Amino acid sequence: MAEVAIVGVGQSVFSRDCGVSIRELSFEAFKEAMEGLDITTGDIDASIICSAPEYDKQRSPAGLISEYLELTPKPSFYVETVCSSSSTGLRIAWSLVKAGLHKVVAVIGFQKMSELSSRDAAERMGRGADIIWESPFGLTMPAGYAMYARAHMAKYGTTEEHLAKVRVKNSHYGAANPKATYRKELGLEDILNSEVITSPLKKFDCCANADGASCIIVARGDVAKGITQVPVWIIGLGAATDTMTMAGRKSLTGLECAKEAGKQAYKMAGLKPQDIDVAEVHDCFTVSEILAYEDLGFAKPGEGVGLIEDKQTYADGKIPVNVDGGLLSKGHPIGATGGSQVRTIVRQLRRQATEAQVKGAEVGLVHNIGGIGQYGNVTILRR
Amino acid sequence: MGFENFGTVSFTAAAKAADFMTHLEAGKVMTTRCRNCGASYFPPKADCPACLSSDVDWFEIKGQGKLNTYTIVNYGPTGFENDAPYILALGEFEGGIQVLARLSRDIKPDDIKVGMSLALSPVKLPDNRVAYEFNKV
Ligand SMILES: CC(C)(COP(=O)(O)OP(=O)(O)OC[C@H]1O[C@@H](n2cnc3c(N)ncnc32)[C@H](O)[C@@H]1OP(=O)(O)O)[C@@H](O)C(=O)NCCC(=O)NCCS
Ligand SMILES: [Zn+2]
Repeated sequence: MAEVAIVGVGQSVFSRDCGVSIRELSFEAFKEAMEGLDITTGDIDASIICSAPEYDKQRSPAGLISEYLELTPKPSFYVETVCSSSSTGLRIAWSLVKAGLHKVVAVIGFQKMSELSSRDAAERMGRGADIIWESPFGLTMPAGYAMYARAHMAKYGTTEEHLAKVRVKNSHYGAANPKATYRKELGLEDILNSEVITSPLKKFDCCANADGASCIIVARGDVAKGITQVPVWIIGLGAATDTMTMAGRKSLTGLECAKEAGKQAYKMAGLKPQDIDVAEVHDCFTVSEILAYEDLGFAKPGEGVGLIEDKQTYADGKIPVNVDGGLLSKGHPIGATGGSQVRTIVRQLRRQATEAQVKGAEVGLVHNIGGIGQYGNVTILRR
Repeated sequence: MGFENFGTVSFTAAAKAADFMTHLEAGKVMTTRCRNCGASYFPPKADCPACLSSDVDWFEIKGQGKLNTYTIVNYGPTGFENDAPYILALGEFEGGIQVLARLSRDIKPDDIKVGMSLALSPVKLPDNRVAYEFNKV
């Protein structure tokens, strides 16, 4: 059966308030993804549009974006798994190509969060929990992750300083990323002294709401080689879910959906955690990155903090993680985030990363989580 | 009666599981067990996905629980901003039933410890609203 490759990746600048429409934002990402490819818009057989509808004024954005990018009359449809929407889009693109329905598919993720105030956005995200049983208590996404953080601290002795060190690293790399919302290096004290949002998480432990778009162009292996000189191969895919309610969670010190998705992706790729050269993980909060180290097998349960303490997740460490600044620096435009993570890994494998190039990177991993761990996608790529 | 008065802000009302509210008003926090296959659920389910029956019994969540985790929410979303700070917690009760609720305002932040004992009880909120919360035992 045909292999499937990524031939193009792009993203807009992520910002607090982009000042343009979602179609124009999407164009920015699409343009970067198409640059240098030996195909034109007419060669794209289908498009998958990814976002979380609660922020959009536009209803049914797939139709709008496919008209603006001149992708009509090709099929287009909308996919949502909150914060992991665009890696879910990538999974579907892979299967459409693998099944032989299409040769080239575009996955476009976007979100214009500046349509809402941060408090309104928090309320909408709160309704991304169970609206009968849990949202009425005032559950928010940061609060859900804060409960994971507290449980991790109680079980393993993790401290607020450990968490802050994740932001120190990510702000260091974010400072060099021209597409990031926040490009300021932060010190340990800046983070520890920022206001408490939901204990133990403080403002700088949290990603910011942002506007942005991303685009991934996927192609069948035989045509991929004619489209670009450096196709990047999709060699592992994993996807899983966990309960919508916090009440249903079996573990509070790791995300079951991430562990399961990781296991599937490693198995499909025939690889182990130690074979990964560079990773993008879903650091919507500092604690999320620590959980990811453990859930993906980069560290044993409870030993994730050791990786950040020893700087093993810096670009020259054992397993570089989020060396583009992560969601914490880039901002987290929900539907665009997975595509941005994939872009970073593709650029790493093509030796085109400008923030920090990991030397000799051959295999990369993307971990993209939806909601408070309701949805998890893990994708493994090889150059 | 549905869920229109449940919690600080409710987002939907009608549900088959709304018998829960009748029990709550009567002072009991209850959940469901399938009469056909015996599977139990929390949050309550009016249907049993295990055996596809919709014949369920209500039983009370009783006894002493323990605090699994918590967070003090300072940043309240729209609709909850005047409530903040409030404390969200997960408590675990008999039979491994885990519940999300707020910690009673009677518990001082300094006294909260993961693993501490908890009781679960109905609570009246302003404007005739009702919920359940965790109390110290
Ligand atoms: C933490 C949070 C509540 C902050 O609230 P906010 O109202 O957006 O932030 P403020 O407007 O108060 O921020 C004021 C300033 O603080 C700084 N700031 C805010 N968040 C920041 C962040 N995460 N990193 C760096 N600086 C930040 C900025 O300088 C900002 O000024 P700007 O608007 O000119 O950029 C909000 O960012 C949030 O809810 N984050 C979580 C989002 C989320 O849950 N996503 C889903 C995850 S699964
Ligand atoms: Zn049953």
